[in-house]
Amino acid sequence: MSEKVKVRIDGEVLTATTGQTILEVARANNTYIPALCYMEGLSAVGACRLCMVEISGVGKLQPACTTPVQEGLAVVTASPQLEAYRKIALELLFAERNHVCAVCVSSGHCELQTLAQDHGVTHVRYPYGYPRLAVDTSHPRYVLDHNRCILCSRCVRACAEIEGAHVWDFAGRGIRSMLVSELSRPWGEATTCTSCGKCVQACPTGAMAEKGWGVEEMTKQRSVVSRLSSMREGE
Amino acid sequence: MSKITIDHVTRIEGHGRITIRLDDAGKVSDARFHVTQVRGFERFTVGRPYYEMPSITSRICGICPVSHLLASSKACDEIMAVRIPAAARQLRELLHCAQIVQSHALSFFHLSAPDLLLGMDADPARRNIAGLLEEHPDALRDGIALRRFGQQVIERLARERVHPSWVVPGGVNAPLDPQAREKTLAEIPAAAAIVARTLALWKRAVSDFPDEIDAFSNFPTMYCGLVGPDGSLRLYDGNLRFVGPDGAMVADQVRPDDYASVIGEATLPDSYLKAPYYLPSGHPEGIYRVGPLARLNVADRCGTPDADRELDEYRSRFGRIVQSGFHYHYARLIEATYALERMQELLDDPAILSTKVRAHAGVNASEGTGIIEAPRGTLIHHYRVDDNGAITWANLIVATGHNNLALGRGVLQVAQRFVDGKRITEGALNRVSALVRAYDPCLSCSTHALGMPALLLELRGPDDELLDTIATS
Ligand code: SF4
Ligand code: SF4
Ligand code: FES
Repeated sequence: MSEKVKVRIDGEVLTATTGQTILEVARANNTYIPALCYMEGLSAVGACRLCMVEISGVGKLQPACTTPVQEGLAVVTASPQLEAYRKIALELLFAERNHVCAVCVSSGHCELQTLAQDHGVTHVRYPYGYPRLAVDTSHPRYVLDHNRCILCSRCVRACAEIEGAHVWDFAGRGIRSMLVSELSRPWGEATTCTSCGKCVQACPTGAMAEKGWGVEEMTKQRSVVSRLSSMREGE
Repeated sequence: MSKITIDHVTRIEGHGRITIRLDDAGKVSDARFHVTQVRGFERFTVGRPYYEMPSITSRICGICPVSHLLASSKACDEIMAVRIPAAARQLRELLHCAQIVQSHALSFFHLSAPDLLLGMDADPARRNIAGLLEEHPDALRDGIALRRFGQQVIERLARERVHPSWVVPGGVNAPLDPQAREKTLAEIPAAAAIVARTLALWKRAVSDFPDEIDAFSNFPTMYCGLVGPDGSLRLYDGNLRFVGPDGAMVADQVRPDDYASVIGEATLPDSYLKAPYYLPSGHPEGIYRVGPLARLNVADRCGTPDADRELDEYRSRFGRIVQSGFHYHYARLIEATYALERMQELLDDPAILSTKVRAHAGVNASEGTGIIEAPRGTLIHHYRVDDNGAITWANLIVATGHNNLALGRGVLQVAQRFVDGKRITEGALNRVSALVRAYDPCLSCSTHALGMPALLLELRGPDDELLDTIATS
């Protein structure tokens, strides 16, 4: 049974429903909290750590996308400390793989790039990993470039939760984690892939794209995934 | 053996180094032009989807990104095995002509005018843009205006001045805005007037440089460039033609995908730049030159009225085959005339406004070659892909590469003439640099040459010990 609760976000008292997350309540009330791995309509996993917020009485920062509200919760969504942490999180995402926006299909329409701009990431203070990563061009219509993957798992969830095909998963641990299709078969040989393209539309970066588009040309219809999910609610 | 090194030839695009070797008697015995930067493009693009090549390779150079974009897109068109829509072809040529105009303006006015208009022996402290501003303010203003015209057209077409993403495999990604057409048409007469004025000025001034004409790469080579089916000058498309030092036809109408039957590539021990040569003649006998001088030597005619008139006059003064590298400057001005006339012709055709500008296709061929005449000369992009469209092999031959052998030989010629081992005059060393600038080499770089560091000259003794250094601004 969901109940109405009162929470305070950045000083403002808001009415919410139990079961909602801090991020959902904030968005419903036009309060902006940066988020990257979160996507409306998909389960929340708390992978990117950009939505971290301060909760009074709780000693450490909590991700807004996975933390449910409760009566009397008081949240701060913006502070110098949060800003500093978010910047670090973004810089680490860039340092981990090879992001060359100047030649990227998603440049100009990339959620990672936009967040970096919004948060004033002008340079990365950590050494780049420069991993040697492959591009999977085996699918006839889509391409996966691991160099631009931030391991957010939006594609994994879109494919498993909305399409029901569950082509994608992660292999490996920590910095060696890699997105894999069907037990590490090339995407083009994955027998479960229906070529629906939901993963591509869900991907926030240029890691997944339709084939044939040049630099800056890949715009994604992210609302498709969220809309499909909302239409299925109550099924 | 003594060695003079000119590091960072100032006012050229990129980084180059010249070593002049002196024998024990202090006479010039050898001279080399080195390119010390490694370009890994052919290696690190392996595995990437072919359609990303235009944007990746256009990062090779911040000065002529449009050239790589076009050559690369043409190679991709071949991989897709499509004929791009007619308007797309026209728009690409239009963009290319704008690039030629702005690049030639940069070369002539910004990079070489201090030498050409102030004199090779002018006080180095004044032989620069500031000195030009004092003595030839009109020419400087013209140069800036002409370059801006070219850049604005590029920006108008591609919405971006540097590294436009408008040209794509299969065509271009947006049709021409009718307003951009009107604006450009309105601006062409002023640009053409600048080029005409500059040509008139240069036609008078060129006779003040008999020594330079004589000693700047004034030696026989073959010449290479693209020509149309009728043998006329082509910048965007056409087939390869090679002519001999005397103008005799060596090879004609060689299709782009057949370039490897006429061009071989040698690697030199002291330079990362490959040295292409005319394959049937072998290395190094197959030395040839590309670029404005070569294009005007290989073409029967330009094919536009004003440029053809200028070409006739140029040939009547210097011969049907113009051999001296010093005349790259003159040739550049004739080409700028041609490029502006072509822009006018292309824009006058209402079909250029067609909204059919892009062909879509997958991988329909495993190999593709794209060739264009970049401002500095023939530019070749050649790719192979697997069935999924991932690059398996790539080869790029850039203009400065074709001219590599001729440049080295030219440096030696100038050094022997102007460098006296015991006394290195400022004018002598500047002439060596000026020769390099006549070729306008673009050294595969992203650094902009304007405001480059001081010219550093080193004089080294027999055991490589540093005898003297001179730095100029
Ligand atoms: S995925 Fe985004 S951040 Fe990464 S290279 Fe592409 S545009 Fe840049
Ligand atoms: S491919 Fe895209 S959606 Fe999938 S994990 Fe990587 S960045 Fe996220
Ligand atoms: S959006 Fe909450 S952790 Fe990524």
